[in-house]
Amino acid sequence: MIEEPFATGSSIIHKIDPRVKVVCAVLLSTIVALSDNFVSIGSALVLSLILLFSARLNTGEVLSKLKIVWGFITVLWLFLPLTIPGETIYNIGCLEFSKQGLVLSALITLKSNIILLFFFTLVSTMNFITFGYVLSCFKIPSKLIYMLMLTYRYIFVIDKEYQKLLRAVKTRGFSPKTDTHTYKTYAYLIGMLFVKASLRANRVSNAMLCRGFKGKFYCLFEFNVSKKDYIFFGFISVYLIFFIYLEYCWEFIFWI
Amino acid sequence: MHISEGILSAPVLLSGAVVSVVAVTVGLKKLDIDKIPQASILSAAFFVASLVHVPLGPSSVHLILNGIVGIILGWGAVPAIMIALVLQGVLFQFGGITTLGVNTVIMAVPAVISYYIFKPFIFKKNVISSSASFACGFFSVFLSGVLVALFLIMTEEGFVKIAYGVFLAHLPVMIIEGFVTMFCIGFLKKVNPELLPETTLCHDEILVNDKKGVLEGK
Repeated sequence: MIEEPFATGSSIIHKIDPRVKVVCAVLLSTIVALSDNFVSIGSALVLSLILLFSARLNTGEVLSKLKIVWGFITVLWLFLPLTIPGETIYNIGCLEFSKQGLVLSALITLKSNIILLFFFTLVSTMNFITFGYVLSCFKIPSKLIYMLMLTYRYIFVIDKEYQKLLRAVKTRGFSPKTDTHTYKTYAYLIGMLFVKASLRANRVSNAMLCRGFKGKFYCLFEFNVSKKDYIFFGFISVYLIFFIYLEYCWEFIFWI
Repeated sequence: MHISEGILSAPVLLSGAVVSVVAVTVGLKKLDIDKIPQASILSAAFFVASLVHVPLGPSSVHLILNGIVGIILGWGAVPAIMIALVLQGVLFQFGGITTLGVNTVIMAVPAVISYYIFKPFIFKKNVISSSASFACGFFSVFLSGVLVALFLIMTEEGFVKIAYGVFLAHLPVMIIEGFVTMFCIGFLKKVNPELLPETTLCHDEILVNDKKGVLEGK
């Protein structure tokens, strides 16, 4: 059901400390999301491509993951130029394409792709368990991390239960259509999934209590920050300052 | 129901983040530590159930189920939904670091509101209970749609038409969600009423009635 295509690898990016990567991913995506200046966003595009090449991710996989967003962006390109009022730059019959609409579509396209690229290179290059441990290093409530890890652990188990129920209805000749019977079947199936999950939860929590669980997961994986990580973090910090400089000082020149 | 990254403006993203942090804190406070395995494994079940695609004419839609999540988990739905969003983002590489707050608000606020509105009707007579369950499923997706539209319009006034479009596209989902919620809550009432809220009271009543029945020789 779930694969982590970027999690394994031996590139420079894969070897950087996961905590550093997550911090950098959060900072970089935040500044790009808040920016609306083409110059600074252009520089972020360059950085995201540099990171992508140094992470040596499978290009086909990257494109197939980006396509999910492209579908939505195509809709924006179709609607925004027509619906946002502004200076008309082109018209076919009564359809008027506004400059503001086109600019906004281009901005959104760039921003969403860049943020996703940062995500692929900096967050997807670790497996989920490591990601959970990284979160436990920050000041995130331990209850939330406990829930996150437990949910992750049981998704696969519950998915197996779901597949089993689905096989059971299929062997009884169920074929999905647009009718009440189909919706009823799915609703009962989902209901049964909840019942099974709840029964399992009771067993799991009893078993955990028997083994002396105190409501905290202990991280067995030791993170250590090396010189390489400091260099990487230093590089990203310098870039962040450069980005803010571009954002505020270059806007005027660009629009002329 | 998601808003992708790179669309919303800074004030909207920020307010979404603040509201979601507050809501998650309240949700975690209300969730007893002994109840966490229950909440987490149910949240895994919701994650799997929301991947179910039900047919709709020639295409298919996937369920959102925030109404049922709200009814079963109450305030616990907020952390559960946030976790489901993080898992979706990381496991399917959807991203969503900057929009996590906004998307949590979009999905979780309707869940909590429908918990408070529809909880009292779940164990009423069959007709009332079924219509309340239908309304719960319909209303929670409806409210999510309204919130999506609102956030889009708050970002950029030119988004009004797109916001309408997104909202209208979710109308069929609302109806399907209503039916699925109605059947599902009906099923849970028969099979495992302990999952639904305030059942301790009702359950005792059922037991008392049963005992009366036994004593009276029925």
